[in-house]
Amino acid sequence: MTPTGNVLGSTPRRADAWEKVSGRAEYVDDLSIPGLWFGGTLRSAVPRGRLRGISRRESFDWSRVVVVTASDLPGPNEVAMVRSDHPILAADAVNFVGQPLALVAAPDRQTLAAALGALVPDVEEAPAVLTLEEAQEGRTVIWGADNVLAAYVLGDEEDAVAEAFSRADRIVEGTYTTGYQEHLYLEPQGMVALPREDGGVEVTGSLQCPYYVHRALQRALGLEDHRIAVRQAVTGGGFGGKEDYPSVLAIHAALLARASGRPVKMVLGRNEDLRFSTKRHPSVVRHRTGVRSDGTLCAAEVDVLFDGGAYTTMSPVVLSRGALHALGAYRVPRARVTARALATNTPPNGAFRGFGAPQTIFAVERHMDLIARELGISPLEVRRRNLLRRGDRLPCGQILTEEPGASLVLERAQALAKYETRHGTLRKEGRGLGLSLFIHGGGFTGSGEEKIDGRVAVEIGAGGRVEILASSTEMGQGAATVLPQIGAQALGLPLDRIFHPAPATDRVPDSGPTVASRTVMVVGRILVGACEDLAAKVARRLEEAAGLPEGSVTWREGTFRGPGFPEKSFEGVLDQWKDRLQGLRGEGRYAPFPDLHWDDDAYRGDAYKDYSWGANVVEVAVDPDRHTLTLCAVTAVVEIGRAVHPLLAEGQVAGGTLQALGYGGMEDLRIDDRGRYLQDRLSTYSIPTALDAPDLVVEIAEIPSPRGPFGAKGLGELPINGGAPALASAVEDATGVFISTIPITGERLFAHRRDGLSDEPS
Amino acid sequence: MLNEEDRRITGTFSVNGRSRSWSFSPEATLLHVLRDHGHTEVKNGCEEGECGACLVLLDGKPVPSCQVFAATARDREITTVRALGTIHAPHPIQEAFVEVGAVQCGFCTPGIVLATAALLRENPNPSDEDIIHALDGQKCRCTGYVKIIEAVRLAARRGRHE
Ligand code: FES
Ligand code: FES
Repeated sequence: MTPTGNVLGSTPRRADAWEKVSGRAEYVDDLSIPGLWFGGTLRSAVPRGRLRGISRRESFDWSRVVVVTASDLPGPNEVAMVRSDHPILAADAVNFVGQPLALVAAPDRQTLAAALGALVPDVEEAPAVLTLEEAQEGRTVIWGADNVLAAYVLGDEEDAVAEAFSRADRIVEGTYTTGYQEHLYLEPQGMVALPREDGGVEVTGSLQCPYYVHRALQRALGLEDHRIAVRQAVTGGGFGGKEDYPSVLAIHAALLARASGRPVKMVLGRNEDLRFSTKRHPSVVRHRTGVRSDGTLCAAEVDVLFDGGAYTTMSPVVLSRGALHALGAYRVPRARVTARALATNTPPNGAFRGFGAPQTIFAVERHMDLIARELGISPLEVRRRNLLRRGDRLPCGQILTEEPGASLVLERAQALAKYETRHGTLRKEGRGLGLSLFIHGGGFTGSGEEKIDGRVAVEIGAGGRVEILASSTEMGQGAATVLPQIGAQALGLPLDRIFHPAPATDRVPDSGPTVASRTVMVVGRILVGACEDLAAKVARRLEEAAGLPEGSVTWREGTFRGPGFPEKSFEGVLDQWKDRLQGLRGEGRYAPFPDLHWDDDAYRGDAYKDYSWGANVVEVAVDPDRHTLTLCAVTAVVEIGRAVHPLLAEGQVAGGTLQALGYGGMEDLRIDDRGRYLQDRLSTYSIPTALDAPDLVVEIAEIPSPRGPFGAKGLGELPINGGAPALASAVEDATGVFISTIPITGERLFAHRRDGLSDEPS
Repeated sequence: MLNEEDRRITGTFSVNGRSRSWSFSPEATLLHVLRDHGHTEVKNGCEEGECGACLVLLDGKPVPSCQVFAATARDREITTVRALGTIHAPHPIQEAFVEVGAVQCGFCTPGIVLATAALLRENPNPSDEDIIHALDGQKCRCTGYVKIIEAVRLAARRGRHE
C-alpha cells in the first residue's frame, strides 16, 4: 500500500502516557473487585522426589478456605505449552524446589498464610540433577531417556565442514559460559480469575499472550472456547517473562475461582516471583573455527548447551533461535551447529527477550575477539573482513537477498565512539573500549508465522473512530501507540481517529503472541491488510449509496475516487458517514511470502523473514583493586528498517542495552546445592540503577525492508544481544584479560586475572 | 488470642491534603494501608525498600512507604503522585515525562515523578549528578534511565523559567 499518512516516523505522545504518569493506570493488583479472595501456592521444598501425600493440620479450621490438589483437577494435569510435560500441580513426581503441590484460596491474606502453613507435604526425596554437567553425564535420568529436552543439528554436512577446515591456516577454539538472568519486570506476576455463571471463567492479568493463556485454560479446565475470556490488565513490563509463566498462574487462579465460587487474585510478591518464575537459560557454547591468516573465516563448528530446568516450557524454541544465531553477523563458508537443551531439577527456564540469541551471540562475539587476538589484528578489522553482505549465505542456507545493515551499524558505531583510534590506548588510565556486532531475526522462526496464521481486524466504532482488534499487548514497549500509527498511515487518518485497546480473547482475533519482535513487523503488516480490506468495504458502501456499479469507486493513495463523485479522504468519509459505517469491519490475515521457504525436517531454509542489525561500543573503567566495573559511555546503533516512532524506538534500544549490560556485568544469579536461587531478593539480585547507567548514545539507521509494513523490521529484542560481549571486550581492552564467562563479577574478574588467558605482564 | 479485628488500630492521616481516618493492623506498612484504601497509584514492586515504586512524600520527604509502619505515619502529611496533577491538568513534571518519552511500562513512573518533585523543590537547579543521586533508589527496568534523566532536566529548566 502506498503510504498515505504522515504519522509513520512521527513521535506522538504515547497512548497510555497520561494514565501512567498520573498514577491512574490500573495494573492487575490495583483492580477493585467485590468479594475478592486471595490465592496462594504450597510448594515443594525438595528438588526431586515423590509426593506421598499432603496432610492437613487439624488445629486449622478448613471450612474457611478452599484447597485444590492434583486429584481435584477437572482436566488433564498439563500446562499446555510446547509440550504437555509440565504438570499444573505435582501428582506424584516432584522435580524442582518450588514446584506447586497444592493451591489455597482464602478471604484474606492472614487466613491464606495460616492455611498454607497448616498443609504438610510428605515428599520422599530422590537424587537430583542440578548442573549441566550432571545432566550430560546422565547417571541420573530425570527427563525422557537421556535428559535431553530438545536437540538440533543445522548447517553443512560434516564432510563439507571437515574439507573446509583443511583449507584453514589456523584453528581457533573457545568455550563460553553465560549465567541465569531474571527479567525483573518492575510489576511482579499477577492474575485475577472470576467464575462465571455458565461454568466458565474470566481471567484478567499481567500478560503478553492472551491466547496462550486462553488455550492453556481451555485444556486444563476442559471448557469450550466461548466460556473463557482472557483480558490483559495494564502490564508493568514483560521482557518474555510474561509469555509462558502467566499460563501457570492463570490456571491456578481459575481452579481456585471455580472451587471457591469467588473471584480469586494471585499476585506474587517479589521474593516469590524471583524464586519461582522463569529465567534466561544458562549456557555453555563451544566454538571451533578454521581461519585464514588474513582473519577470514573458512569453517566453523559450534556446540550449544542450554539448561532448560525441570520441564520443557519454551526450551525447544529458545534453543532453536540460539542455534540459528550461533554464528552471529558473520559469513562462514562451511558451518555446522549442534545444540541441546538439557533438563535439571531447577525451576523451568523460559522465554526472555532475545530468546536464546544473547547467549550464542555472546559466544560468537567473544570468539571473534579471540580470533583477532590470536591473529594479531583488531576486533574491528576481523569483523569488517567477515561481516555478512548482500548475497551471503547463512548456516541455515538462507541467502541474504537485501543489503544487510551489518556494515552500516558497525562503521557508524565505531565512528561515533572513535573506536578505531582509541581502542588499545586507554589501559594506562584503567579503561577499555569494547565492540560488538549483532543480528536478530524478526518474527517466529521458520514456518512459525505460517502456523500461527495471525488475524487482525479493524472496526469502525462510535463517533467514527477506528478500533484495532489484535491480540498484541502493550507491556511498555509501545504497541498501543505504534499499531495505531501503522493503521493511521495505511488509512490516511489522523492518529486520534484510531486506537488499540488492551485485548480480550472474547473480543479480538488471534494475531499471535506478543513476542519475537513480531508486533510491528508481522502483526503490523497484517494490520495494513485489514485496513486495505476496510477501505475496499467502505468503497463498496459508497458505490451502493451512489447507485454506482461495483468497482467504480476506488481507494488509492488515501483517497476514494469515482465517476461523478467528489474525491474524499478516509477521514472525510468517516466524518460524513460515521453512523452508517458503524460496525463495518476490515479483516486481515497473515500472507506468506512466496519466495521464502523453510524445511522443518531438514532445519534448512529462510529461518527469518528479515533480520535487524546492531553494533555496540562500550567504554568501561576497571577498579584495579576491587575488580569492579564502571560503565562510562556506551554507543548503540541499530538498523531496523524503518522506525515507526523514533522516540519509542530509542527507548527500546536504551532499555534493552542497559538490560544487556546488567546481564554481562552485574546480574549474578546462581543456585545452591538444592537448586534454589541464591539471589532471591532485589537487595541481592542487583539490576542497574541510574548510578550504574552509562552515558548512552543511541542512533537508529533505516534500510527499509520489503518484509514489514512501510519498511519496518523487528526491534524489541535486538538491543539485548550485544551489550554483554561488548562489555567483556572492553574489560579485555582495559586489563588484557580475556573474559569468556558472564556475568563479569568482581570475584570472577579476579579469578580470570589470576588464572586466565592474559597479556598482562605477570 | 485476640482476633484480627480486635487488634486493629485506627489513625488519622492527611493524604494529598485530605484528612482520612483508617483502621489497620499494628504491623501494617504504610504501603499496604494506602493501597487497601484505594491509593493504588502507590505501587508494590518489592516490599524491601529496594525499588522505589512505593515512594510517597512523608511531610514532604521522599520515603519508600513499604519501609514505614502505618502507625508511625499517623497525623502526618502524605503526598502521592495523585496530588501532583491529573490526566487533564498534569503537573509540569508529568508533562516533561510524557513529552520526552520517559514512560514505558509505567510501573516505576509514579515513584520517579514524586522523587523528581522532591528533588526540584529542594534544588531547582540540579546538576546531572544531583539528578542521578536523587533517582538512585528508583529502579526502572524499561528505559535505561536515559529519557528519565532527560525529563528531569526538562522539568527543571521549565520550572526555573516559570
Ligand atoms: S516496594 Fe517499597 S521500595 Fe520496592
Ligand atoms: S517504565 Fe517500566 S520500570 Fe520504568
